[in-house]
Order: sequence, then structure tokens, then C-alpha cells
Amino acid sequence: MQPLFLQGPSVTLRTILLVIASVIVMVADHRWHALETVRGALESYVVYPIRYTINLPSRLVVWGDESLSSHQQLLDDNRKLQQQQLRAQVSLQKLSVLEKENDRLRKMLSAQPKVGELVLVAEILAIDLDPYKQQVILNKGSNKDVYIGQPIIDAWGVMGQVVHMGGFSSTVLLISDPSHAIPVQVSRSGLRSTAFGTGNSQLLELRYIPHNADLEIGDVITTSGLGGRFPPNYPVGRITSIERAAGESFATVVAEPVAHLDRSREVLLVWHKLQVKEVDTDTQTTAVVKGKSQ
Amino acid sequence: MRSQSCFRIVIPTLIVALMLHMWPLPEWLEYLRPEWVVLVLMYWALAMPEQIGVTVAFIVGLLLDVTQGAILGQHAVGLVLVIFVINTQYQRIRVFSLAQQALVVLLLLLIKSVLVLWVSGMVGQAPDIDLYFLPALSGAILWPWLFIVLRDLRRRFTVARSF
Repeated sequence: MQPLFLQGPSVTLRTILLVIASVIVMVADHRWHALETVRGALESYVVYPIRYTINLPSRLVVWGDESLSSHQQLLDDNRKLQQQQLRAQVSLQKLSVLEKENDRLRKMLSAQPKVGELVLVAEILAIDLDPYKQQVILNKGSNKDVYIGQPIIDAWGVMGQVVHMGGFSSTVLLISDPSHAIPVQVSRSGLRSTAFGTGNSQLLELRYIPHNADLEIGDVITTSGLGGRFPPNYPVGRITSIERAAGESFATVVAEPVAHLDRSREVLLVWHKLQVKEVDTDTQTTAVVKGKSQ
Repeated sequence: MRSQSCFRIVIPTLIVALMLHMWPLPEWLEYLRPEWVVLVLMYWALAMPEQIGVTVAFIVGLLLDVTQGAILGQHAVGLVLVIFVINTQYQRIRVFSLAQQALVVLLLLLIKSVLVLWVSGMVGQAPDIDLYFLPALSGAILWPWLFIVLRDLRRRFTVARSF
């Protein structure tokens, strides 16, 4: 038998309590970052299976595409990739010589040698998030020693950093999100600045740059490594416009990210501090250790 | 009617709603995507207010926050208030025609969007509001169809006899 009226005061009371609880939860999450474990648990045990299921069709398409492509096509691809590999190998040879030389010179100056970096390939899941946020989901989580704040790059440049993490997946905030800022450096002049996201995946904004700064359209900006979150010298973007309005105290500088923020499918997770020592070395881990550890 | 048996159908529909919420859409459609989870939860709160109350809304809201990468509690607070309104007004809303119900749904979805927007603004990430209220509109337009589908499902699983 269904009661005609619900118990009135109890619903109101519960609502008030839950609203207060929501506010407390919001403050705890946003201000103190105290609920990452709760979020991680929900993400790995409830949300991840759903995400995995949603991602299945697109994986099936990729798989079908691969298994249905013709012998000739695969051969062509293979040949092309081998040529590419050869070319990359040649430039790597030069790079390794340069790196040795650099190490030697640094030693002569008794400067600290460059710290090595580890990378791991991860895949972006085909899942839509809030369209007003520039975020993507990766298929690697704490099971692969991903950590919060970890930099993400693709083949062209810096993409963003990990902000939330579950057992098998992690959420990445892209450099174009309005709440993201990344310390950068103009590689030509060494000018330091901070690149802010704008919400548009094709635009970054460099703020607080004086009018007389040495800056030209087409300059490449790279990570400066200040702040310690991103490894130095990875390309971030290219300057596309500089406006020096007379009334303003700073120039308006706009850059375009070089990473394919809305097109990449495979990205790289970077461990650059090497304080994470035991990164598992299974087959999936492509360990590219540049230079020696400290 | 036992409360365990009703979750036999509520939980699967909520999972499907969550999937629809995250399903990849072309970019122009993304801004129109209705808030499936909120709509489905609203229906169940209307159909069985004793089982689907504000506590369930809070939990589902937290899940929604996790899936959206939002601040924990942001969608929860909106969902709790929406379900609270339904929980206190369900007898009135039930006798409305589908079109009238859709108007109520539009109002509730707008309230929720504003609440979520406020929180976003307070933490300094307020998005552009040009298209922000479109999901409320698409949700209200979708409501009559969703209502009929869920009602038939509920009757098939006979979880609530009245209404």
C-alpha cells in the first residue's frame, strides 16, 4: 500500500542535510583535494566499466579496419614505415652524439647532468566529457604508475597533464582548458612567460608580456621547466599574433598549440623526475632513457 | 512492493543513461546532448517517490561528477534539489499532461543548469553561456518520449502498480 503523503519534514530535512553535504564535499574536493581517493575508487569500479563499454565500438572499428585491409596495403604501409624508421634512426644517431657531447660539456662545467625521462604510450578513449571543458580520458591509470600532475605529450608537443586518476584510466586536462596554465619560454630569445588556455583548442594566450619584449610571429614556445611539473624544452606552440595596443600595459600575445589537441589518438605519458623508480618494464613500456640519472 | 525489486529496473536504466551521457557525438550535437541521467532519475522519482529520493539523487549526482570530471558535489547539489521538488510535488506533476510535464521538466533542468553554472563560476571556470541552456531545452522536448518508454518498461517489470 502506497502512502498518500510522504513524510514531509523528513524529506525536507534530508534535502537540507544533503545540500550541506554537497557543499562540504565541493569544498573538500576543490580546496583541499581531499577526495581524490573517493573519486579514484568511483572511477575505477563504477565509471570505468561503462567507459570501456562505450569505447568498444570504436575499438571494433579500428580492429575491423586492420583485419580487413588488403595484403598490398599492409605491405605498402610497412615499406613506408620502414623508410620513416630509417630516417628517424639517422637523425637519432646524430642526436646521441650531440647528447654525449652535451653531457661531456656539462660535466666540464660541473653542471648537473640532464635527468632521464621515461615514456609510456597511452590511448585516448572515445568518450565525450563536458563540452565546456578541455579534457580527455586515457586508458592508463594507477595500474601503470600514472600520477596526478603527470605531463602528457603527443608526437608534436605538450598536450596537458593528468588531473584525476582511477585504477585503469586517467583524466587529462589539456593545455587549452581555461583553468590551465603552463610555464613556457620562447626558444629563440629565451623570454619566459606563462601560456594560459582559452577554451579553444587552437588558441593559447601568453599574458603579462611587456610591449618591448623580443617576440615575433612564428616564434616557437617550449616548456621552460619552471614549476617542476613539465620537463623543459618540449614544444608547446607557435606565436600567431602579437597586438601591442597603446593603452594596455601588456601586449596581447596569442599562440597556437603544436600538439594535435583534438586529433591525436595516441599520446605519451612522461616520467621526468625519475622519483618514480619502478616503472614496470613490461612489453608496453617503451623505456626511452635519455642521458643518465642524477 | 519491495524496494530491492524496484532497483532491478532502475539501476540498468541509469547505467544506460550514463552511457548515453558519455557517448561520443559530433561536435555540433554535443551542445544539444540532453542530460539523460537527470531525466531518467526524474522519471523514477515521479513513479516511485518512496524509493527514489534525495539520497539516491545525491549518489547519482556524485557519479555524474566523476564521469564529467567536475568538482565532486557540483551536479549532486543540483540533482538533490531537482529530486526534492519532484518528491514534494509528485502528486501534482503526475496528473499533468505530457506537454505540461515537459514544461515542469524544462524549469527543473534550467534550475539545475543554473546551479551547476554558479558553482563553475565560483571556482573561476564559468563557461560561455550562449549554448549552455540548450540541453535543458532538448531534455524537455525529449521528456514525453522518454516518459512513455520508461512507463512501458516499468509496467513490464511491474515495479510500481499505481500511476
